[in-house]
Amino acid sequence: MLFDEMNKNDQLIIGDKTFSSRLFTGTGKFNDQKTMVAALKASQSELVTMALKRVDMQHRDDDILAPLIKNGMNLLPNTSGARNAKEAVFAAELAREALQTNWVKLEIHPDPKYLLPDPIETLKAAEMLANKGFVVLPYVHADPVLCKHLEAAGCAAVMPLGAPIGSNKGIKTGDFLEIIIEQANIPVIVDAGLGSPSHAAFAMEMGADAVLVNTAIAVAGNPVAMSEAFARAVQAGRQGYLAGLGGQSSQAIASSPLTAFLEASL
Amino acid sequence: MNFSDKIKEYQWDDIRLSIYAKTDTDVQRALSKPRLDLEDFKALISPAAEPYLEQMAQKSQQLTLQRFGKTQQFYIPLYLSNMCSNICTYCGFSMHNALRRKTLDMQEIENECLAIKKMGFDHILIVTGESERKVGMDYFKQALPVIKKHFANITIEVQPLDQNEYSELIEYGVNAVLVYQETYNPVTYAEHHLKGKKSDFIYRLDTHDRLGKAGIHKMGLGSLIGLEEWRTDCFYVAAHLSYLEKKYWQSRYTISFPRLRPCEGGMEIKSVMNDKELVQLICAYRLFNPEVELSLSTRESEHFRNHVLPLGITSLSAGSSTQPGGYAEQSEVALEQFEISDERSPAMMAEIVKKQGYEVVWKDWDHSLTAK
Repeated sequence: MLFDEMNKNDQLIIGDKTFSSRLFTGTGKFNDQKTMVAALKASQSELVTMALKRVDMQHRDDDILAPLIKNGMNLLPNTSGARNAKEAVFAAELAREALQTNWVKLEIHPDPKYLLPDPIETLKAAEMLANKGFVVLPYVHADPVLCKHLEAAGCAAVMPLGAPIGSNKGIKTGDFLEIIIEQANIPVIVDAGLGSPSHAAFAMEMGADAVLVNTAIAVAGNPVAMSEAFARAVQAGRQGYLAGLGGQSSQAIASSPLTAFLEASL
Repeated sequence: MNFSDKIKEYQWDDIRLSIYAKTDTDVQRALSKPRLDLEDFKALISPAAEPYLEQMAQKSQQLTLQRFGKTQQFYIPLYLSNMCSNICTYCGFSMHNALRRKTLDMQEIENECLAIKKMGFDHILIVTGESERKVGMDYFKQALPVIKKHFANITIEVQPLDQNEYSELIEYGVNAVLVYQETYNPVTYAEHHLKGKKSDFIYRLDTHDRLGKAGIHKMGLGSLIGLEEWRTDCFYVAAHLSYLEKKYWQSRYTISFPRLRPCEGGMEIKSVMNDKELVQLICAYRLFNPEVELSLSTRESEHFRNHVLPLGITSLSAGSSTQPGGYAEQSEVALEQFEISDERSPAMMAEIVKKQGYEVVWKDWDHSLTAK
C-alpha cells in the first residue's frame, strides 16, 4: 500500500523518541479500565498522557498505570491540576521519580471552569523544567509568539489547543495554528478540542506533526471503534499533507494588464 | 545549526533540474494556494510559469497592497569608502582595479549627510568596500555617531562581521544590515572571489545567522544575478529566507535582486536575465512571501522602474551615487562601484511615485524607539 511506503520514512521524532503513530491519547474520562485499555490499543498510540494527580505513584500496579506499562506505551505524565509554575515543577519532579520518565506534559490552568492554560506561568515553568533536563511538552493557547518563546526555552514540542479542552468543537484556532506550524522548528501537536475524526484529519492536513485526543474517544458510544476511526483519520490527514494538497481556484481579475510594458519594450 | 548546515539539504544540480521540470499544473497549483512552499516557488520561477506572468503580477500587486498599502519607502546609499582588499571579478571596487581610492573623513561624511538630508531622505544606507584595516570596526564606530545625528534609520552594507561586532554596531544605531551571498554555488563563488576575506564562502553564508543571534532589527539578502544560473540561485535565496524567518522570527527581511551590469574590469555575464524574467522573479518572491520587503535600486532603467514599481516593490533608491563623496562634492566620476541607470533626482522620482498613487515614505523609524 502506498501509505505504508510513505509512512516508512515519515517518523516523528520528539526529544529522544521516535514515533510511527501521530495520534497521542489520554487516559481520562473512560468508564472503565478495560475499555480504556482496549481503546488505547486500538488507537495504536505510542504516547499516552495521564494526570499525575490520578495515579497512585506508590504502586506501579495502579489501575491506570499497570495496563499501560504492560502494553509498552510511553507515558506522558501531565501536571493537570497545577495552578502555577511552582506547583507544575513540583508535580513534574514527582512524576520523574515515580514513573522513571523525564517526559512531562506541562499543563497549568489556574481557571478551573474552562481549564485554559496560563501562558505566563507555563513559560516560566518550561524554562525551569528544561533546565532540569525534562522533555517538556507544554499545553498552550494557539499563540504563535508564545510558541516561539517556548521553543527558545528548550521545549521538545508545543501543544497548542484547537478549541477549549473537552469541548469537541474542532479546530477553532486554525489561522493561528497555521502560523505556529509554519514558524516552528519543533514538532507541533494539536491538543484539545478535537471532537471527531474529521477534526483530527483537518489538523494533520494543515501540517500538524501529531494530535492528542482524549475526550472524543473516551466518551464516544463505542470508544474502541472511535479510537480506530481517529487512528485512520490521522493517517489519512498526514498522507494528504505529504501528498501536497491542491489549492482553491481563484481567477485573477483581468483589468488593465500590468505586464504589457514588457512586450512594448521589446 | 547555521545555514551552512541547512544548505546541505539542497544539492545544486538537483534543484536546477527540479525547477526546469516544473509543469503547467505545478504553476497553477502554486497560483491557487494561499500559502506557498519552496516547491511552489520553484514552479513560479520556472520557464513553465512564463505564460502566467500577468496572473502572477496581478496577485503580487494585490498581496503587496494588502500588506504594505499604497506606500513606497525611499532610501539612498552613502558610499563612505571604495577601499577594498578583495579581488572580485565583477566589482568596480575590486582591489586589482586601478581606480582612485577614497575613504571619507568625518568632515566629508558630515557634508555628505547634509547634502542627502537636503534631498529629503531620513533613511540612509551606508556602503563601503571590504577592507578590515581601512574601513573596519574602528572606522564604523567613528562614523556612525556622525551619521546618526542626521538620520532616523541606518542600514549598512559592509563586510560581514562577527556576532559581537554586530551587537556593538546595533548599540551604535545600526537598524539593518544587508549582506548578499552573490551566488550560493560554492564552485562559482570561488571562481569570482579570488582573494581576500570574501573568498570564505561559509563565513559569508552564515552571516545572517550571526546577525540573527545579535538581534538585528532587519536583514537583507539576495544573490547577484548573472554570476550563476539565476533560477537556481534565487531558489537558494528563498530557502535561506524561509530558514531565517523560522529561526530569527523577530527580525524583518528584505530582498534585493541586482542584475550584473557592465563596470570597470568588466567580465562576461554567465546568466543574462531579461526584463520579463526579472518581473517573474519579483512576483514569485512576493507570492512566496507576502511579508518580505522587495527593494529596487537605480541599477535598473527609468522605464523598467516606472512599470515594475506597482508589481510588488516596497522600497526604492533614488538619486544614488555610488562613489564616495558623490553627493556633496560632485567630483569627476572615476570611483564608482557600478554605473547608475536611472539618474532621476529623488524629487523627480517622488513625483512619479505619487502620480502612480503611492505615498513616499521618507521616515519610518526613530532611534528613540530602539530600547537600550
